[in-house]
Amino acid sequence: MTALRTEHRIVSVAPRRRVLIVTLICLAAAIIIALLGIIAGSSSLTIADAVRTLVGAGTPGQELIVIELRLPRVVAGLLVGAALGIAGALTQTFARNPLATPDILGVTSGASLGAVAAIVLAGGSYSVGAGLLSLGLPLVAVLGALISSAIVYGLAWRGGVDSYRLILIGIGATAALGGITSYLIAQAKITDATAAAQWLVGSLSGVSWASVWPVLVCLVVITPIALQQSTNLDLTQLGDEVSTSLGVAVQRHRLVVIVCAVVLTAAAVSASGPVEFVAFVAPQIARRLARAGRPPILAAGLVGAIIVTGGDALARGVLPGQVPVGIITAIIGAPYLIWLLTRRKERETL
Amino acid sequence: MSETPPDTAAQMVRPGTATGTATTGAATPALEARGITLAYDRSIVFEGLNLSIEAGKVTTLIGANGSGKSTLLKAFGRILQPSVGAVHLDGRPVRDFATREVARRLAILPQKPLTPSATSVRDLVSRGRHPHQRMLKPWTQRDTEVVDAALAATGLTELARRDAGSLSGGQLQRAWIALVLAQEAPTILLDEPTTFLDLSHQLDVLELVRSINRDRGATVVMVLHDLSLAGRYSDRLVLVGGGRVLADGPPWEVLTSDILRTAFDLDALVVPDPSSGTPLVVPALRPDSAPGFRWPERPSTLIGPQK
Repeated sequence: MTALRTEHRIVSVAPRRRVLIVTLICLAAAIIIALLGIIAGSSSLTIADAVRTLVGAGTPGQELIVIELRLPRVVAGLLVGAALGIAGALTQTFARNPLATPDILGVTSGASLGAVAAIVLAGGSYSVGAGLLSLGLPLVAVLGALISSAIVYGLAWRGGVDSYRLILIGIGATAALGGITSYLIAQAKITDATAAAQWLVGSLSGVSWASVWPVLVCLVVITPIALQQSTNLDLTQLGDEVSTSLGVAVQRHRLVVIVCAVVLTAAAVSASGPVEFVAFVAPQIARRLARAGRPPILAAGLVGAIIVTGGDALARGVLPGQVPVGIITAIIGAPYLIWLLTRRKERETL
Repeated sequence: MSETPPDTAAQMVRPGTATGTATTGAATPALEARGITLAYDRSIVFEGLNLSIEAGKVTTLIGANGSGKSTLLKAFGRILQPSVGAVHLDGRPVRDFATREVARRLAILPQKPLTPSATSVRDLVSRGRHPHQRMLKPWTQRDTEVVDAALAATGLTELARRDAGSLSGGQLQRAWIALVLAQEAPTILLDEPTTFLDLSHQLDVLELVRSINRDRGATVVMVLHDLSLAGRYSDRLVLVGGGRVLADGPPWEVLTSDILRTAFDLDALVVPDPSSGTPLVVPALRPDSAPGFRWPERPSTLIGPQK
């Protein structure tokens, strides 16, 4: 407490209007980044070429490059980023903790274990692995994500789920699942281990239109549900007791929010593998831009889309070789995490 | 979510509460615990407890640390579900109401609410309007008026645009009470509303509570630690301990030397408060207290209590 300094922190602009403005700016930025993502890479396209091709007036050669090769990758980047950003905003808000990402619910570690098990065990003579892989890697990852997060939620249940206990159990589950994943990689054939390691980094290099659709469907279904929980998310910032007093069905609200975050994360991870730090960083950037009490949901999704698409464009257009986007986001995200932790002067609830 | 149309004007008026006349027996209690058992995990705090809270009065729960007074308040505020029995609100089991309907009738201010970051005082207080809002017409002119009135009643009009996180302890507690006022619930539960406040700010809060009771006819149930202040600001004291109600009645009946010795293991004199005439609890000097210590001498200029 600085007793002598008469510092009056005034909340100036109407918060809702500021969130709206920030969201619109992020939307514009995401569109520009997407266009840059289409032209980034080896062949010589201009933004004008890209726009012309997108509206159906490009040459057949440009059409092949833009529509068939670049667009699925850019769209996947936008969708994966948006899904992770929204999932992160939801998790950080309900847990009232900026360090709580969907990873902590066991989603990512479960998806990773599923995918790695499918890759590694299919390489051997185990029928289990072949069976897993016949489902398709994305589906196995989704199953792993849903099962592990259901287990985490179930273990945290004691007549209701307390977010603190949920996080602690999630951290434990993440460590255990990570251990099993590491064991599978350690005893795998070298080619399988490489394939597994590549999947675990998170990359957009393997995406096609087929991997885009499930993420799109999840976003279209989940985003309105998440937005509908906005008021309740505002109220639960006051604590479970006050929000109960104000008529929020806290446990039901929390379950809805967790399911939204888990489904979005599972969809994103199944398309691209775990792209590190996006779910953690995007909501915090959006919150700071909007100077809001909690991460604004749509803006967080758009910042996530910008980070993943931009990171992938950076990897293709500027850096030599094929650097997976997961490496770029981790390189940006980790220093941001440290900066955030050293910068926090006062104990914030979010 | 099932919605019942809010009818706020009608809810504030309850039969038998408008006048100060004791209409015990006939009037429906605002809150009633019917044979409730309250437990955390396996440790039982209350078993088969019956307690009814008269509408339009200030009732204060007192008791030693760990006696379960906050637990009981949480059960009344539906934060803790009784494992056996039921809490009745305005004559009906709480469980029978839609959650937002309960919120329009009953507000609870917990001991440690979380102050949200980057939120103005007005924004914080406005959240109290949540139970009255509907899907299609979320914010009305009346909502604005109620929030303005709540800020004015708590003396926060000037601070309305300040960040809630920058308020002092006393101001913040008034902001939380303003939120409860904005909720317009006729029954208000306050869990130790004066904790962490200096004596002058404690009095501010308790005067505010009494004015809410007097001006709005609100039923107030609170938990207080300070027995003398509880005696001064309450119509009725309920002393709990050992899993049951040890004493229940007007302040002078509950705050007696005998009862205090049993409940708190405390030797105390109870004298009339020279200022208000309510019971003042003066802890007696313990016989073994600080041997050899020289108590400060009473200055000869000291005059007895005024009035």
